[in-house]
Amino acid sequence: MESVKLFGTWCSPYSRRVEMALKLKGVEYEYVEEDLKNKSPDLLKYNPVHKKVPLLLHNGKPISESLLILEYIDETWSGPAILPSDPYDRAMARFWAKFLDEKCWPAMIRACMRTGEEQEKANEEANEVLTFLENKLIGKKFFGGDTIGLVDITANLIAHWHRFFEEFSEIMQPPLITKEKFPNICEWVNDYTNCSFVKENLPEKDKLAQLYKARIQAAKAAAQ
Amino acid sequence: MAEVKLFGCGYSPFSRRVEMALKLKGVEYEYIEEDLSNKSPLLLKYNPIHKKVPVLLHNDKPIAESSIIIEYIDETWEGPSILPKDPYERAMARFWVKFIDEKCGVAMWKAFASPGEEGEKAKEEAAQLLKFLEEEIKGKKFFGGENIGLVDIAANFIGYWFGIIQQIAGLELLTKEKYPNLCKWVDGYINHSLVKDNLPPKDKMTEVLKPLAQPGYSGYKPKV
Repeated sequence: MESVKLFGTWCSPYSRRVEMALKLKGVEYEYVEEDLKNKSPDLLKYNPVHKKVPLLLHNGKPISESLLILEYIDETWSGPAILPSDPYDRAMARFWAKFLDEKCWPAMIRACMRTGEEQEKANEEANEVLTFLENKLIGKKFFGGDTIGLVDITANLIAHWHRFFEEFSEIMQPPLITKEKFPNICEWVNDYTNCSFVKENLPEKDKLAQLYKARIQAAKAAAQ
Repeated sequence: MAEVKLFGCGYSPFSRRVEMALKLKGVEYEYIEEDLSNKSPLLLKYNPIHKKVPVLLHNDKPIAESSIIIEYIDETWEGPSILPKDPYERAMARFWVKFIDEKCGVAMWKAFASPGEEGEKAKEEAAQLLKFLEEEIKGKKFFGGENIGLVDIAANFIGYWFGIIQQIAGLELLTKEKYPNLCKWVDGYINHSLVKDNLPPKDKMTEVLKPLAQPGYSGYKPKV
């Protein structure tokens, strides 16, 4: 009998990505909520290099790093494809997923957490990367085309954060993503968060809002 | 017109990786050497986001990021496999490449190129991280098993460049005493025909790297 276990946390977009992929493929799995301040012996045993979530355990074999887990899920289980079948399209999907994780998130986080002059520079960088994403969505419903794919799943952080840009307007000025600046991204957020398996995998709004608010305020206070 | 073009830099391990992969598959390609301090309009056109080498152009379609290019090569051309066939082993191969590129290689480079405390801290970190690779290569000829695979190709910085760096900087990080298995791998690796023919000459590479270790150097420094 197959055994699939996922070690994750409720607020980690990386962890949520893997859940989305498992649900997309209809894979039954056991979920283990980790306390990152007190990591379980199992997590440390199965991910000794990075000691992080998410961690997928399939028939006792561990795989870590969310993008690698997504590719593994796609190659292991049948069902809706996460990556395209054409090698060039696959290369492009991997490229944009890497871009999101290595460039976009850090730029967006810096723009939210910094103050003063540093924030201005961070905003410019964030705008630059968001413009690349905005252009990538021209004429497309999702980054994956008509259906959600690797890049959309990887971009879940935008969907998580976007819910709060208006609510946080008193602590995050100017808002990073608006309909005026990035209409395609905003439309993508709507279409994306209305997909059933995305909707079911969004962290609880109020709980997440509190967490993000606290983090942003702490970062800004530390910067002063 | 050449169907396959590679924009690269002979001194860049990332660029050389792609050449190794193309040669492993017996793919004919046109090579364009880039001056990284004066990048060509074509490079900037084909890689507008990162503006880096290597960039592969296949039938006018550009692909950037060495690990993504190598997977594309493996999926597009027949010949010896670069990645394993089994999904779990593929996930592991990708995991170690990511580890080398994002953790180990970065710490090793900083141990050489970063001044003062940052460099010292990086040395300690690298020493810890190399232990994981020492463990992984135990009992194996190559990371890919009997033959060179994805991880071996990606580890070219460790296999060759770092040896030169150690000499220049007087570092004693990767030694036979501390990492006997990894050093044995290095010996086998740099004598492998595929690798041997794809390395920049030692004296030229030394000339290029030496200035980077000088305090107050303000010229081009590759970003990691």
